Amino acid sequence: MALLETELADLATTIGRPVKLMEVCGTHTVNACRSGVHSFMPKAVDLISGPGCPVCVTAQRYIDALIELGRRNDTIIATYGDMLRVAGAGGSLEVARSEGADVRVVTSALEAVETAIKNPERDVVFAAVGFETTAPATASAIITAANEKLLNFSVLPAHKLVIPAMKALLSDPDIRIDGFLCPGHVSVITGGDVFGPIVKDYKKPCVIVGFGANQIMEGIVHLVRQIAVPEAQLENLYPEAALSRGNPIAQELIDRVFVPGMAAWRALGEMEESGLDIRPEFGKYDAVGRHGISFGEDREPPGCRCAEVITGRCKPLDCSLFAGVCTPIYPVGPCMVSSEGSCQAYFRYRRHELKSPMARVRVEV
Amino acid sequence: MCLALPAKIEDCLDEIAWVRLGDARMKVSLVMTPEAGVGDWVLVHAGFAIHQVTEDDARETWMIVTEHGLMEKPGATSPDQKAETA
Repeated sequence: MALLETELADLATTIGRPVKLMEVCGTHTVNACRSGVHSFMPKAVDLISGPGCPVCVTAQRYIDALIELGRRNDTIIATYGDMLRVAGAGGSLEVARSEGADVRVVTSALEAVETAIKNPERDVVFAAVGFETTAPATASAIITAANEKLLNFSVLPAHKLVIPAMKALLSDPDIRIDGFLCPGHVSVITGGDVFGPIVKDYKKPCVIVGFGANQIMEGIVHLVRQIAVPEAQLENLYPEAALSRGNPIAQELIDRVFVPGMAAWRALGEMEESGLDIRPEFGKYDAVGRHGISFGEDREPPGCRCAEVITGRCKPLDCSLFAGVCTPIYPVGPCMVSSEGSCQAYFRYRRHELKSPMARVRVEV
Repeated sequence: MCLALPAKIEDCLDEIAWVRLGDARMKVSLVMTPEAGVGDWVLVHAGFAIHQVTEDDARETWMIVTEHGLMEKPGATSPDQKAETA
């Protein structure tokens, strides 16, 4: 690590201007914070978090629709655990559950299908969030439901695609990013080649890395080396898992069930072809049509800066709610709810850097 | 986003396998890794094996996630926390 730190400092001096790098993946954010990677950064190198936490980028309107569905007596909501405490306009799924809604945590999309098989008299709606890594699992669940001819299973789709989000960030003149640490497990599915357009069209270095502190640090050094030349290349430092063309079976699953469509993101708004719509041939498994869901407006919690955190415009420590009003126990925004959210990562590992007295309040998480 | 953990396949029947993930034993789908069988190591994400890895790579990854970072104590989290997206 010391050698990498020295090289990084030398490269930063050579470049002679501030450099902003984004870790796109929430798991990278958590591990960078946890292992103290930020403390090895020279002053000129800024490592910012990106939109890589699925719960954090899920639009408020989706949370509200899910809670409304959960409050119907005939419905079971099956969800991954980190969606439970995200606040909607009228409480969270956890609050709805405490008031009698049947909300069940599942570890797999197939578990949601099993819940539907075991409860034939109830409608099971699976909250499908996640990026390319998670989408094939949802596709497989829908295919399984179709094979089983299930009539009481549907999916409320909110899958997101990483590349459109990266392009949106690069197209915003207020956010100047010099290079990306690319998500390793998205690459396992999509293949590393999907980042090619970011390198070719936007001339931004991209490095795919694994999840250890050393791997993250090495990725940062590789990015800064490129910036020092300057050049823009796609490098893969996680070749044992991320192949250049990814997992073709997973890609086929996605293509069979989904088609790229408009998606609403927290912070980034609506973007064409940035999400996955269920194909018409699987339409009866789409909860939007099946349950006549109409989405409302997205209203951010007052004072919450999650939207700016997700897009790298500010850091959790810059938010006036951080660690005082907003904590993992009483989260205001999704970035504090999710274990992959930047605010929770900063709360767990970096809140001592906050100058306010609230930073010294000890809260067990 | 999208954390995937290495697990060893202990039993399998068609596309469903039982894997050992630290102290836990769990059911996963092998639909995306059809060539994996008993004794093989796979990366597991949200109940699905997404990639087959060598034992050496699996052990190294496991060391990274347990010693350096991504899981406090495998199997020691609450049921709600265990079911995180991704």
